[in-house]
Amino acid sequence: MNLNALWEYANPLKFMRTTERALPYFWVAAVVCLVVGLVWGFFFTPDDFRQGSTVKIFYLHVPSAMMAINIWVMMLITSLVWIVRRHHVSALAARAAAPIGAVMTVIALATGAIWGQPMWGTWWAWDPRLTSFLILFLFYLGYIALWEAIENDDTAADLTAVLCLVGSVFALLSRYAVNFWNQGLHQGASLSLDKKENVADVFWFPALVSIAGFVLLFIALVILRTNTEIRARRMRALLARERLG
Amino acid sequence: MIALLMRDLRLAMRAGGGFGLGLAFFLIVVTLVPFGVGPETGLLARIAPGILWLGALLACLLSLDRILALDWEDGSLDLLATSPLPLEGIVTMKALAHWITTGLPLVIASPLFAVLMSLPGAGYAPLVLSLLLGTPALSVIGTFGAALTVGIKRGGLLLSLLVLPLYVPTLIFGAEMARRGAEGADTTTPMLMLAGISAGVIALLPFASAAVLRVNLR
Repeated sequence: MNLNALWEYANPLKFMRTTERALPYFWVAAVVCLVVGLVWGFFFTPDDFRQGSTVKIFYLHVPSAMMAINIWVMMLITSLVWIVRRHHVSALAARAAAPIGAVMTVIALATGAIWGQPMWGTWWAWDPRLTSFLILFLFYLGYIALWEAIENDDTAADLTAVLCLVGSVFALLSRYAVNFWNQGLHQGASLSLDKKENVADVFWFPALVSIAGFVLLFIALVILRTNTEIRARRMRALLARERLG
Repeated sequence: MIALLMRDLRLAMRAGGGFGLGLAFFLIVVTLVPFGVGPETGLLARIAPGILWLGALLACLLSLDRILALDWEDGSLDLLATSPLPLEGIVTMKALAHWITTGLPLVIASPLFAVLMSLPGAGYAPLVLSLLLGTPALSVIGTFGAALTVGIKRGGLLLSLLVLPLYVPTLIFGAEMARRGAEGADTTTPMLMLAGISAGVIALLPFASAAVLRVNLR
């Protein structure tokens, strides 16, 4: 496969044409995966021996937490592409992804709190994982606020891209600093590919489907938001031209 | 570069330069905390390292938007950027000037404030050392935040939102070092981590600050 062909999509027109054609399929796939994964997870898996039916929040909590981290990674990559190759679509995709990532972080924190209340006996504990998610949420907020605060589009794209790079380093640093600061209440990884202590297959398959659903939903939303932003910019350009002419 | 540093220091020392403002803010925080949590010596001694670190951090934050905003408004930042000095050197000097006018006084005055917070005797040396190691990182990270928001009108609140998450690792290791010192435990690990953060930040972050400043100046 020729990787250089990928850069053709840096052309906003080509990007919009292709993604617009693919968008309905992503929506349908996302809805199907989410409905199947969540219904399967909620109604057709056995209750856990000790946790009862509360364990089922897992199908919302785990995918949203994974997405919260992966969306930041996606923003990091698109920011790098913007800095190196100056493709506007890339910067816009990062901008479009940020609020989705922030919402995913909130979903992960909220479902975690709802599960933690009966299980740990507390809504919130200053556990390393919880704390680093809260910090990640603050990073998302700062990133979004900086985008909103700057008038000039290119300046905003440049500044937020650098903030994303620096923020990634500090977010990682905080993740491990927080580990040092307090011992955890949160269980370890339960979906690793290489470990023996994973969840049983009955829980694993519906979880996989709902993770796929979250990923597809994210892709569909990013495409939608990016294309909206491209159109909005075109409108502004047209209006500006009309005022001149 | 030395001349730039001296100029910034002179500007800060003169009337209206805000020198000592951070110190006064630190004093107010330390005065207000006992009103908030009660005057028991045992409780104060236990939270003293954390409160002193938080106070120092907030005092640093307070003066961040002065680092670049004044030079931006009167145009001297444009002149500096067109001078033969590399922009990386300029932001480093700005950070250094900020540290000398804000961080260093805090470090020197911190034992006094520690008395007010009834810090245990063993904790003084680790507290001063942790602030000495940590406040340069606060200044350099703050300069990055100031460079990001310099073009924004009333960017002060945004500046705190951007900078505070970046302060998390420094605060964790700094406060941990001071706390372990106060409890008489071994402070080597957090001290090394704190020094590592400061060294890394001083070495690398000026490049990011200069990059965003170039974007803002174009």
